[in-house]
Amino acid sequence: MNFRQAKWDEPPIFEVGTFAREGVKVDEEFLSYTSELLSRLPKRLLRGSPPSIPSLSEVEVVRHYTRLSQMSYGVDLGPVPLGSCTMKYNPKICEELAADSRIAEAHPYLDEEDVQGILEIIYTLQKWLAEIVGMDVCSIQTPAGASGELAGALMIKKYHLDRGDVVRDEMIVPDSAHGSNPASAAMAGFKVVRIPTDRRGNTDVEALRAVLSSRTAGIMLTNPNTLGLFEEYILDIAREVHGVGGLLYYDGANLNGIIGYARPGDMGFDVAHLNLHKTFAAPHGGGGPGAGAVCAKGVLAEYLPVPLVDFDGRKYYFRYDLPKSIGRISWFYGNIVPAVKAFLYIAALGPSIKEVAEVSTINTNYMLKKLASLPGVDLVYGHSRWRKHEFVISFEKLRKETGIGAEDVAKALLDRGFHAPTILFPLIVPEAHMIELTESETKENIDHMVKAYEEIVREAYSNADKIRSSPVNTSVKRLDAVYGNLPKNITLTYKQFKLREVLKGVGSS
Amino acid sequence: MPHPWIPNSYIKDLMLKELGISSVLELFSDIPQELLLRRELSVGYGGPLPEYRLRRLFNDILGKNRFRYTVPPFLGGGMCLHYVPAVVKQLVSRSEFYTSYTPYQPEIAQGLTQALFEYQSLMAELYGVDVVNASMYNGSTATAEAVRLAVRVTGRRAVVLPRNIHPEILEVVRTWSEPVGISLVKVGYDRESGGVDLAEVEKAIREWKPAAVVIQTPNFFGVIEEGVGEVANLAKEHGSLMIVYEDPIFLGLLEAPGNLGADIVIGDTSSVGSGLNFGGPTAGILGIKDPEGRLLRQLPGRLIGYTRTVDGYEGGYMMVLQTREQHIRRERATSNITTNSALEAVKAAIHISLLGPQGLRKLGEAIAGRTEYLVRALSRVGLNPAFERGVYLREVTVRHTRIVELREYLRSRGIYIGPLLARFFKELGDCSLVCTTELHTKEDIDLLVELVGEFLKR
Repeated sequence: MNFRQAKWDEPPIFEVGTFAREGVKVDEEFLSYTSELLSRLPKRLLRGSPPSIPSLSEVEVVRHYTRLSQMSYGVDLGPVPLGSCTMKYNPKICEELAADSRIAEAHPYLDEEDVQGILEIIYTLQKWLAEIVGMDVCSIQTPAGASGELAGALMIKKYHLDRGDVVRDEMIVPDSAHGSNPASAAMAGFKVVRIPTDRRGNTDVEALRAVLSSRTAGIMLTNPNTLGLFEEYILDIAREVHGVGGLLYYDGANLNGIIGYARPGDMGFDVAHLNLHKTFAAPHGGGGPGAGAVCAKGVLAEYLPVPLVDFDGRKYYFRYDLPKSIGRISWFYGNIVPAVKAFLYIAALGPSIKEVAEVSTINTNYMLKKLASLPGVDLVYGHSRWRKHEFVISFEKLRKETGIGAEDVAKALLDRGFHAPTILFPLIVPEAHMIELTESETKENIDHMVKAYEEIVREAYSNADKIRSSPVNTSVKRLDAVYGNLPKNITLTYKQFKLREVLKGVGSS
Repeated sequence: MPHPWIPNSYIKDLMLKELGISSVLELFSDIPQELLLRRELSVGYGGPLPEYRLRRLFNDILGKNRFRYTVPPFLGGGMCLHYVPAVVKQLVSRSEFYTSYTPYQPEIAQGLTQALFEYQSLMAELYGVDVVNASMYNGSTATAEAVRLAVRVTGRRAVVLPRNIHPEILEVVRTWSEPVGISLVKVGYDRESGGVDLAEVEKAIREWKPAAVVIQTPNFFGVIEEGVGEVANLAKEHGSLMIVYEDPIFLGLLEAPGNLGADIVIGDTSSVGSGLNFGGPTAGILGIKDPEGRLLRQLPGRLIGYTRTVDGYEGGYMMVLQTREQHIRRERATSNITTNSALEAVKAAIHISLLGPQGLRKLGEAIAGRTEYLVRALSRVGLNPAFERGVYLREVTVRHTRIVELREYLRSRGIYIGPLLARFFKELGDCSLVCTTELHTKEDIDLLVELVGEFLKR
C-alpha cells in the first residue's frame, strides 16, 4: 500500500507562539474576595513566579494538537495487530453514548438513589462479566488489567493468611506469561517461580509438578496463552495446583479467542481479571485509560475489592460489607466511562459475542497459514495446532540469513501503512512477531498485510539495506533508542531539552 | 449471526474453506470436551440490538438517574465539577488519538508521544519538579505508587500519613502497602485549623524514621496546609522523603510543591480536563524532584523522552527507560502498571495549554474568591466552618447539628452538598463538605445560602 504519514514540523507547545495570548476567558467577579483570602496566607505559600508554560490563543492550541493527531495512528486508520493487546474496532455508538452528560457530570458522592441508572449499568455489567468468565462475582473497581492482577494476587495472599497458611510465598508463572503477571505477583510480596513451555506450546506440566509444594500460593496463567494456544492440560494443571492447596489466577488479556466457547471458571480458575478495553471494545486512548474487572469464584469472592454494586430487588446499592475484602484497590468505583462502553458493546452483541471468538480465531489462522510458509519465517511452538486470538512467528532464520530481524520487519510494515505487531515478545520466541488481528479485520485487509510481509521478506533477501533503513514514510525515520536512553541524553521535559541544547552549545564552542 | 462490527462474519464459510475445514468447531477442537460451553451466554438483552434500539435502551436506563442540578453541584470530596472546555473534548475525539495504542512504534506515533512529552513538561513546570511520568491511573493509585517508590528508594518500611488526606486514598494506600509489610503511621489533625498536627508529625518522624511523609494540600477538609515547608525540612533532616498531593488547578495561585521541599508530587487530572464521570477515569500525576538522581530509576510508569533518528538528522520522541517496566524487568519491575491514562494526560496538556500561566492563576483566583464569599455567606446564616482557623480553598468543611436534614432539604431542591463526613470520620458526624468552583455564579451561591438560611431558621 502507498502510504505517507503527515509530517508537520510542529515545535513543542512551548515554542508555538511568540506573544502572550489567552486560550480561555475566566471571570473576575469575585476578585475582591480572592485578595481577602490570600491575605490570610503566608506569602511563601503563594506562587512566587508564574509557571513557565505557554500563553496561547485557542486557535494555536487547536492547530497544534490537530497536527499532532495527524502524526498518530490508530485503529480507525488501519490494523493495529499488537498481540495480546486486542486492538479491535471501537464502535462509534459506544463513544457517543458513553459521553452522556448524565454520566460525565455525575459526582461520585451523589446519593445511591440519584444514580440508579449508572448503578444499574455497573450491576448488569458485573453480572454479564461473571457469566462470561464463569465466576460468581465481578468487581469493576480496577482501573486496568494490571490492577486486576494486583487485586487478584492480594486476594490469594489474604486467603492463605486467613487460613493460617503463612508459608505460601511462591507464585508460579510460566515463561510465556505477560510481564505484568510476575510484576503483580512481586508487588503483592510473592516470590516468582518460573516454569517453562513445552514443544507443543503448553505450560510444561512436568515442570509444574516439580515446583509445586506447600509453599505454592498459586499460579498465574493466561489461556489461550501468549502463543495463541489453548492450554490443553488446563484441567490437569488445575487439579495439581489445587491438590497442593494453591489457587489459580486467570489473566484475561487473551479472552477474545475463546469468549462464548470456554470459561476460565469452568477450567478451574479461582480468580480472574478482564480488560474491558481489550475484549469489550473500549478504546485504548494511546495507552489508557482502560478499565479492568476482577472476578472470583466460591470463597475467594469474599475477598474482592469493595465496593461492589448489588441489587436488593428494588434498588441498586454499594456493598461495603465484605469482611474479608482486600479493601479498595482504587478510589471511587472504577473507570466508569470505558466500563459503560463495554456494557454497550455486550448489550449490542448479546449472545452473538461468541462470533468474536470464532472470527478472531478464523482470522488468526488464515493469516498464520499464509505467513508460516514465507522464507525466513518459523513457528517455534505447536506446529500443527490451531491458534486462537493470536499467533507468534519467528524471524530468527531471516535474521541469520539476511541480517534482517523482527524489528526491521516491523519498521518496514510501518512504511506500508500498517501498524506493526508486538515484537520480541513472548521472550521464549527469538525475533518474534506476535500478531493479533481481532475480529475487526477484513479478509481483504489481511491479504494486503500478508502481501506486505511477502514483499518485506523478499526484499530482505534481495536488498536488505532498504529494509534496514525503514521507516521512511512515517513522520520521522527510525529513532535511536540507545541514544535516547544514555544517561547524558535522557530528556524527559522541555526544560531538560533546552538545558541540553545549551550544554551542547557550550561543548561545541 | 453476522454483525457489522465483525466484517468476516459475513464470509465465514469462505474463510473456513481457505483453512480447509468445514466447521468452525474444528478450530476449538483442542479445548477439552467437558470445557466447551454448550449453551449461549446469557448476556445482553436477548439478541443483537440495532443501533437505534441500543440508544433508546441506554437512554431509558440513564433516565433512572434522578439527580437534576438546579445549579452546579456543591459536592466535593476530592473531586468537584469543573468546566471542561469544548476544545479539550473536540481534540481528544480525534480518533488518531483515542483509537491508538501505547506508542511501541514511535515513528508512526510522533504526535501522541509529543503530546505526552508536553504533558510531562507542563506538569513538571506546574509542580516545580524535574520529571513527571506519562500518567498513573488516578490520584489514589499515584499516591500508593509514590509510597512504594519512597520505600524502595530509602529502604525504610514506615510511611507517615495524616488522617486529613482523602480517606479513600488512605484506604488505597493501605491495600497496596500493608500486605507487603509497609507500616502506615497515622497522625492527627489540629482541631482548630484542620491542618496536620505538626507536633504529632514531628514525633512520628523522630520515632519511626519513615521512608516518607505524605501531605495533601488543600487537604480533604478543604484547608490549605500551611506547614508543608516545615514538614519537608523535618523530613529531610531525618532522611525521609516528602510526598505532596496537590490538585493541579491551584498551581497558578499556590507555590509549586517542588519549591516547598517536596521530593515526590502527586495529583489528579479531574479538574483539568477529565471531569467527574462518577469518579473516573482521570489520570494520576506522579512526579519527582531528583537532584541526586536517586529516584528516577525507581519511578514507576511510562516516560517519553526526546531522542534523535538513527541517522542523526532529526529529533523525535519515544518511550525511554523501559528497563524499569514490567514487560522487560518482569518481577523486578518498579510497578506492574501497563495501561495508564494517556488520553486523560493529553486532555490535561490541552487544558493547561489553553489556560496558560495567566489563565491558571485567574482560575485559581476565581475559585478562591468564591470559596471566601461562600464561607462568609454561609457563616452569616448560621452554617459555620468546622475548623475556624483554617484557610479554605474550593472546599469547606461546615458543621451543624442538623447537617443531615439540611443536606436532604437542599437535595430535594436540586442543590447538592456533601459528602457528609460521618461516613469517614466518627468525630465529624455533624459535618459536611461544600465545594465551589468557577462554574458557580454569585446567584448560585446566594441561592444555596438563602435555602440554608431558610432551613436553619425553621
